[in-house]
Amino acid sequence: MADPVLQINDLHKNFGGLVVTDGVTLDIGQGELHAVIGPNGAGKTTLINQISGLIAPTAGTICLNGADVTGLPANKRAEIGLARSFQITSVLPRFSALENVALAVQARVGTSYRFFGRADREQTVNDVASAALAEVGLAGRELTIAAHLSHGEKRALELAIALAMQPKLLLLDEPMAGTGHEESARLIEVLRRLKGRFSMLLVEHDMNAVFALADRISVLTYGRILASGAPDAVRTDPKVVTAYLGEEME
Amino acid sequence: MSTGLFVVQVLNGLQFGVLLFLIAAGLTLVFGVMDFINLAHGVQYMLGAYLAVAFYALTGNFLIALVLALAAALVFGLLLEFLVFRHLYDRDHLEQVIATFGIIIFLNQAVKTVWGAAPLTLPIPEIFTGSIVLMPGLLYPVWRLVIIASGLAVGLLLYVLVSHTRVGMLVRAGATNARIVSALGVDIRRLFMIVFGFGTMLAAFAGAMIAPILSVEPGMGDTVLILAFVVIVIGGIGSMRGAFLAALLIGLVDTLGRSFATDILRLVMPPSPARTVGPAIASMLIYVLMALVLYFRPAGLFPVRGR
Amino acid sequence: MAQTLAAPNALHVRRANRVGVLPAMIFLVLALAPAGAAFGPESYVLGLFTRVMVFAIAAMALDFICGYGGLVSFGHAAFVGIGAYAVGILGAHGITDMLVSLPAALLLSAIFAYMTGTVCLRTKSVYFIMITLAFGQMAYFIAGSLAPYGGDDGLTVRMRSTLLGFPFLQNDRTFYYFVLLSLFVSYLVLRAIVYSRFGRVFRGARENPTRMATLGFDVFRFQRVGYVIAGAVGGLSGFLLANAAEFVSPAYMSWQRSGELIIMVLFGGIGSLHGAIIGAAAYLLIEELLGGITEQWKLIFGPLLVLVVLFARGGLLGLADTIRGRFGRG
Repeated sequence: MADPVLQINDLHKNFGGLVVTDGVTLDIGQGELHAVIGPNGAGKTTLINQISGLIAPTAGTICLNGADVTGLPANKRAEIGLARSFQITSVLPRFSALENVALAVQARVGTSYRFFGRADREQTVNDVASAALAEVGLAGRELTIAAHLSHGEKRALELAIALAMQPKLLLLDEPMAGTGHEESARLIEVLRRLKGRFSMLLVEHDMNAVFALADRISVLTYGRILASGAPDAVRTDPKVVTAYLGEEME
Repeated sequence: MSTGLFVVQVLNGLQFGVLLFLIAAGLTLVFGVMDFINLAHGVQYMLGAYLAVAFYALTGNFLIALVLALAAALVFGLLLEFLVFRHLYDRDHLEQVIATFGIIIFLNQAVKTVWGAAPLTLPIPEIFTGSIVLMPGLLYPVWRLVIIASGLAVGLLLYVLVSHTRVGMLVRAGATNARIVSALGVDIRRLFMIVFGFGTMLAAFAGAMIAPILSVEPGMGDTVLILAFVVIVIGGIGSMRGAFLAALLIGLVDTLGRSFATDILRLVMPPSPARTVGPAIASMLIYVLMALVLYFRPAGLFPVRGR
Repeated sequence: MAQTLAAPNALHVRRANRVGVLPAMIFLVLALAPAGAAFGPESYVLGLFTRVMVFAIAAMALDFICGYGGLVSFGHAAFVGIGAYAVGILGAHGITDMLVSLPAALLLSAIFAYMTGTVCLRTKSVYFIMITLAFGQMAYFIAGSLAPYGGDDGLTVRMRSTLLGFPFLQNDRTFYYFVLLSLFVSYLVLRAIVYSRFGRVFRGARENPTRMATLGFDVFRFQRVGYVIAGAVGGLSGFLLANAAEFVSPAYMSWQRSGELIIMVLFGGIGSLHGAIIGAAAYLLIEELLGGITEQWKLIFGPLLVLVVLFARGGLLGLADTIRGRFGRG
């Protein structure tokens, strides 16, 4: 059987006395879309930060496609196929949408230690970038400066950047955060089309998205996995219902 | 090298360190709470010295001159804050650097215009003149001991203020995360004025105390300023404890380094190159120290900021 | 609280795509200056403009890391000084050929940049400014302690650099054009780098280093390379400075000099290479002008700096934009 794309074993993270990740074990198979849900403060973003390499875990291991990456810096993990989007939009505000994505492509194609030749006129790179922008519905907005995009467009740009990296694993940290009804629906469609092409870890609050897209769901509370499995099983799990008392689960 | 010489240089190092602490203390808090790079802090030190000289010429009494100098320096500092600094808190560091650099340029020229370029001096107060016998055959100037003692006293005072008073707690909180403290309803600007005023007086105090044994001249604040920055960078911006320890460390390393570098080198190389390389290494020492500290701890020894 | 560096505005981003009219004008003026100067106090004007160009090269290098890379270095003068001392020290040993001293200047500055960059670039914002300042001081004190090479008093450069034995830089006019050529080449090279693949990563690292890391870029490495480039170009400026002044001194590396370079960059407008040239010209010309009026000119210059920072954001180019915006279209 093929290695899972992502294998997390007994991950712990303490900030001084504060325990944020408390023994998380998780795996994601090839082509799977695995959603992680949980109340605010459960430690979802910290988990993503550890997987992408921005925070070092206190204990435990993280393996990408069978290779132990626990000690690897973020940029090295990106090189071997990890891409992520950020919960708080993290693009390059003064670059155009196209250049934002082009940089992601540039990281994959050829060396960036090239000191002559205008980067913004590389046709191959621009074509791939345009395609990624079209995938997320930003086709007409290529030359717009990222800072001038609407919030929903910025979230889509985040996704386009991640896509352009042709990742083996895509970490999505609340891609629908702050988007309106229409934007969310559009993003859900985009993600649905991408299912199967990439493996994805989706952290989300938007339950429509989660139940429409997820192959498996893990519920994270107080840094531990409360329940994990197929959507229907998780939805009806009594422990989960208690944890989410008052939250919409439909 | 004799023990006596060594002891003297250690004391000199402590005296220098205490001086650096007085200047660095204000600087690190200003940084910590307002994220404001104040290159003009060095001229506060210089002004303290000049004002002490001026008031001494008027009153003939060192203590009165000192008090008046502190008061005048405080007023001047607050004036600067009102006219210039408060418009810079939201600007980027580059602009703060240039603006405060402009103030240095202006003030160095201003003191030259008012008092002339020739170095001035101030007599040591009567009761503290002369030297005392520390060890058989070892004399040490009383005034330098006074400086060390007053510096340590100030350090103790600051420690008590910062850890045992309400204002001190707010200052520590503000140095860690000013935004949140502000959001909790604390008037961060007023807090900052207190911190700033205190820091200004500390620097002026240092200048006034050193005036009797150093030449008071335009630009005297500049080198000291840079060393003070090295101190707070090593100590960790916003940390009083860090500033204290780093200041003493730098004072000792610099003084001992300059005194003994050539001698130590003579143990491993012939006297002639040692005499050339020695001073060069001595001047580099503090910066190498800083580089080492920052290499292993990019945020200093006792980083405080939670930004 | 204090933010990251104010950006070149969107207007500037667009300007990058047009062939700059302003840069072309600047180089034209510089090329024609000697001809015009012949009608007046030629050697004075020539000397002044030469100095402007020499410092403009250093200012452009600083703007490269500062304006484009977001790395505010307060120790940039060290590279200029190192380049100058390369000329001075080799000259003291009888070596004046620029085929030796120029590469030496570039190489030594680059090495210093590499070594100090390795330490500095691990720090951020305020710490970075301070540590570059401290390293600049270190270079200053080392130079001052080199007794065989003049120590604090400095060293005279007995003759300008030669090329294969020919003292072709001895003539002030020829030297002027050599400096102009160096400025022009530096400008073209830096400009090309800014818009190259490397430059794009370097600029991106300024805006969002975390994002760049997650894209797969080793931000530290890229910044260090940029820092070394700026150091080498600073070394070039130093090589030319030693030749222009026919003197080298530790003062070339003082933190006040580093501060002056930062002022030049600000005067012109951060994030614009030709702006750095304008800034260098503005700074040196103001210095000449004010110095001619009164010996106490610093009493005016200090507050002037404060006013520029408070009210003339974006430097002279920014002012030009504002004026154009008010009287141009719209």
